Amino acid sequence: MSIKVLIPTPLRPYAGKQSTIEVSGQTVGEALNDLVVKQPDLHKHLFSEDGKLRSFVNVYLKDEDIRYLSKNATVVKESDTITIVPSVAGGR
Amino acid sequence: MAELIDGSQIKLSNEEILRYSRHLIMPEVTLEGQKKLKAARVLCVGTGGLGSPLALYLAAAGVGTLGLVDFDVVDYTNLQRQILHHTADVGRLKLDSAIDKLTAINPFVEIKRFDKYLNSQNALEIFSGFDVIADGTDNFATRYLVNDACVLSGKPNVYASIFRFEGQASIFATEAGPCYRCLYPEPPPPGLVPSCAEGGVLGVLPGLLGVIQATEVIKLILGAGEPLIGRLVLVDALAMRFRELRIRKNPECPVCGTNPTVKELIDYNQFCGIRGEEAEASTSARIPEIQPEELKRRLDAKEDIFVLDVREPHEYQIVNINGHLIPLGDLPTRVHELDSSREIVVHCKSGARSAKAVDFLRKSGFKRATNLTGGILAWAERIDPSLPKY
Repeated sequence: MSIKVLIPTPLRPYAGKQSTIEVSGQTVGEALNDLVVKQPDLHKHLFSEDGKLRSFVNVYLKDEDIRYLSKNATVVKESDTITIVPSVAGGR
Repeated sequence: MAELIDGSQIKLSNEEILRYSRHLIMPEVTLEGQKKLKAARVLCVGTGGLGSPLALYLAAAGVGTLGLVDFDVVDYTNLQRQILHHTADVGRLKLDSAIDKLTAINPFVEIKRFDKYLNSQNALEIFSGFDVIADGTDNFATRYLVNDACVLSGKPNVYASIFRFEGQASIFATEAGPCYRCLYPEPPPPGLVPSCAEGGVLGVLPGLLGVIQATEVIKLILGAGEPLIGRLVLVDALAMRFRELRIRKNPECPVCGTNPTVKELIDYNQFCGIRGEEAEASTSARIPEIQPEELKRRLDAKEDIFVLDVREPHEYQIVNINGHLIPLGDLPTRVHELDSSREIVVHCKSGARSAKAVDFLRKSGFKRATNLTGGILAWAERIDPSLPKY
């Protein structure tokens, strides 16, 4: 199953400078695991040491936050898009 | 939604009626809406990249009272995007510069100035004089402070933030909608997310996002349209794509949830993991440093010193002192290019990245690595003023 993950600008340096990465998996959790296997540098930016998604990083399946779906167990379909949205503070 | 602003007691002069005529003839605004705008009191936190277009448009639109919070001075590097400030304003207080421009655009606007750093002691008192808060700040500590103060005082937080060519915007802390903490319960640890000063920002991007903020502020005041509540707009200026994500009120939110644990403002520097000066001093004490004057003297004496530059190639193009270039991120894989028997002086732009590099090198056996204090900026300032600063 091929899933598209959109990488936000602040995380692109840890994702081989790519804005989109194709991954595979049946669930969001599997897709994210495949993502950090393909781009190991992303790991510490997405997950804390206990393996949980960091609290300043949100993951959306299409336009919905996975926290309000089935979190990592959320089932993904072929050609779904996962968006990673980290908090950004800049303004000046 | 209950009306945020009551404009029924407000009168507009003939001059004002002419000035706002393009608003008055619109069914979504009308005279009634224009009176609401005049009755409204909006606080802009920050008069920088986002605050510039935000305050300019709010003043032009006829918002009656504009509060401005800023303690900063106009810097040459601000001019690329902070359009409230002109070249001749460099060195002036941003508030002085902002007030000149805003009054020049619309003398009917009353401006309240707060020359201070917003903090847990003053935020609620400052917010008490306003109906809507617009967050144009640039750091996580202030963003959480603005959010919490908005929730505690029951005022909407019209939010935007930017990085390079991407931005986010939403309205937080309305009664029915989510707050910033519902979206991001905790800030990232310091150093993990680069700031605009480190990562850069496309000059027009704060223009796009600040104008979205101004639009949402005006809609809240008018009670018109669909406010950006419960939705996060993502702007990618490079692809010129606008996306919208759904955000929800989190019942477990520590500030706006059903059983809040944060009932007053906290220490946001501590919350964001920003260490005090003591901790910083102990970190820099571990990293041996060399002053630019000392490096210059020893290089002139032809001592064997290897200068390593850990900035990015595009920074090297702007200015360099003939150092060997290995960007910090590439150092682990290119460390074999270095000779551990030689003395290595590492520099970056101002000393932070090179401190990390020196720490890494010393742990990897390069015991003669030192950090150039203040980076290439200090070198340009103190040793070679012919070099450009950026």
